[in-house]
Amino acid sequence: MELFIQQIVAGLTSGAIYACVALGLVMIYVSTDHINFAQGEMAMFATYLAWALIDAGVPYWGAFGATVLIAFVGGLFIQRVLLKPLETAPVLSLVVCFIALLSIFNALAGTIWSYTIKQFPSPFPPKDIFGDGLVSVQQLGVVAVTLIMLGILTVFFRYTTLGLAMRAAAQNAASARLMGVRVSWMLALGWGLAASIGGIAGMLVAPIVFLDPNMMTGILVYGFAGALVGGIANPIGAVAGGFIVGVLENLVGSYVIGNELKLTFALIVVVGVLLLKPAGLFGQVIVRRV
Amino acid sequence: MAAILEVNRLSAWYGPIRALFELNLTIEEGGVTALLGANGAGKTTTLRAICNMVRRSGTTKMGGTDITKRSTEDIVRLGVAHVPEGRGTFVALTVEENLRLAFHIRKDRKAAERDMELVFAYFPRLKERLHQQAGTLSGGEQQMLAIGRALMLGPKLMLLDEPSFGLAPLVVQEIFRILRRINEHERVSMLIVEQNAALALELASHVYLLETGNVVTSGPSAMIRNDETLRKAYLGY
Repeated sequence: MELFIQQIVAGLTSGAIYACVALGLVMIYVSTDHINFAQGEMAMFATYLAWALIDAGVPYWGAFGATVLIAFVGGLFIQRVLLKPLETAPVLSLVVCFIALLSIFNALAGTIWSYTIKQFPSPFPPKDIFGDGLVSVQQLGVVAVTLIMLGILTVFFRYTTLGLAMRAAAQNAASARLMGVRVSWMLALGWGLAASIGGIAGMLVAPIVFLDPNMMTGILVYGFAGALVGGIANPIGAVAGGFIVGVLENLVGSYVIGNELKLTFALIVVVGVLLLKPAGLFGQVIVRRV
Repeated sequence: MAAILEVNRLSAWYGPIRALFELNLTIEEGGVTALLGANGAGKTTTLRAICNMVRRSGTTKMGGTDITKRSTEDIVRLGVAHVPEGRGTFVALTVEENLRLAFHIRKDRKAAERDMELVFAYFPRLKERLHQQAGTLSGGEQQMLAIGRALMLGPKLMLLDEPSFGLAPLVVQEIFRILRRINEHERVSMLIVEQNAALALELASHVYLLETGNVVTSGPSAMIRNDETLRKAYLGY
């Protein structure tokens, strides 16, 4: 029983990280209708920036805030400089561009900071909540940060007109322009937000898996799985999906298939969801009268 | 009467194909001007060209200011509300969100709230459907929503692209009645593109007749209505 609970808690913790990655994916999907394959590497790169800042003596939360900000500007920059010329390009060109970004960030991080793994500090004390080894402060902290982020984003998209304008721009760009929405900037804003969220995900995961240029590769697949399970167009669904994938992955890994096949399990989930419920568990099926 | 929009030598292209040939239009302030003509005459293109949505040359002036070089978004922010062909509904947003989108560019929140009430006064049906996904609305309701969205922008000039398209005659009549009231009570000038010439001639005070990207003739709508040769040649009735 204790092992079972431990697995659930561990699953929720990794689920929280998948949820963050999924949120970043959703952010770009909601604002541009594309899947950003470089999301994981962008997160990794932002985490290296945080590491460099901390290494230079900046206190943890200062580095955290600065990284979120720098990532936001970086995301904005990527959209304005690299993707704006491709706004009317076919989807495949964009996919190639995203994959290029992925390898560029990976190689850049390796070149600047080397491929040896680095330790990344955690803001949470290495303590247990109840003193029985079941739930650590670290685990609770990761889940809490994810939920807070989800709360902020939900409020932003549902209750602010800027969030509404972003959604409208993604859905029907021509019509959004006719409502005075500067569509191109909405896309940039989506990229900025996604980069910030990615940075947070990276900083949450780095203390657990250690920092290296490939740290997000596997996590991105789980993030995809989470986003798809919950519904790629829905932030709440994506977070729920991330948690579901995290817990299932841990349970299936420890009781059914063993640790080696965990990633395979995530891919099976992706294929299964696409086959059975393409909009995701919480996805909204858009009705259109013709 | 003063002109709200002056279009000079407006030409437009779709890729290499030229769709408009140096059009000159003057849209009267406070009036309703209709743009009539057969399929492919360039009516929709004219509206798109005014809003800088296609490649074009020539100049467009609104109330004396040159808006030729402005982006679509800026032209909208200057008070031109374009109700596009196909209605441009945000299908996954609710009716309320479709309307509230205008708050993004409205600085005067209070006035925008008043405009929202105004939209509901003109289209009570939209209020009943407030929290419904806009994609589930009927064609007529979506047309009402499109006009409602345009009204939410607090426009000086509305460009209406075939508001009768695909709708039942009774619904079309209702929409045209409401358009007339909007024009009279809100002092919104209108430039309307229509296939349904009889209906448009009734609403409009001034008419431009287009054929293959050229203005064939223009004048008060009574003149066109009474000219049987013109009517038979270009409007088919």
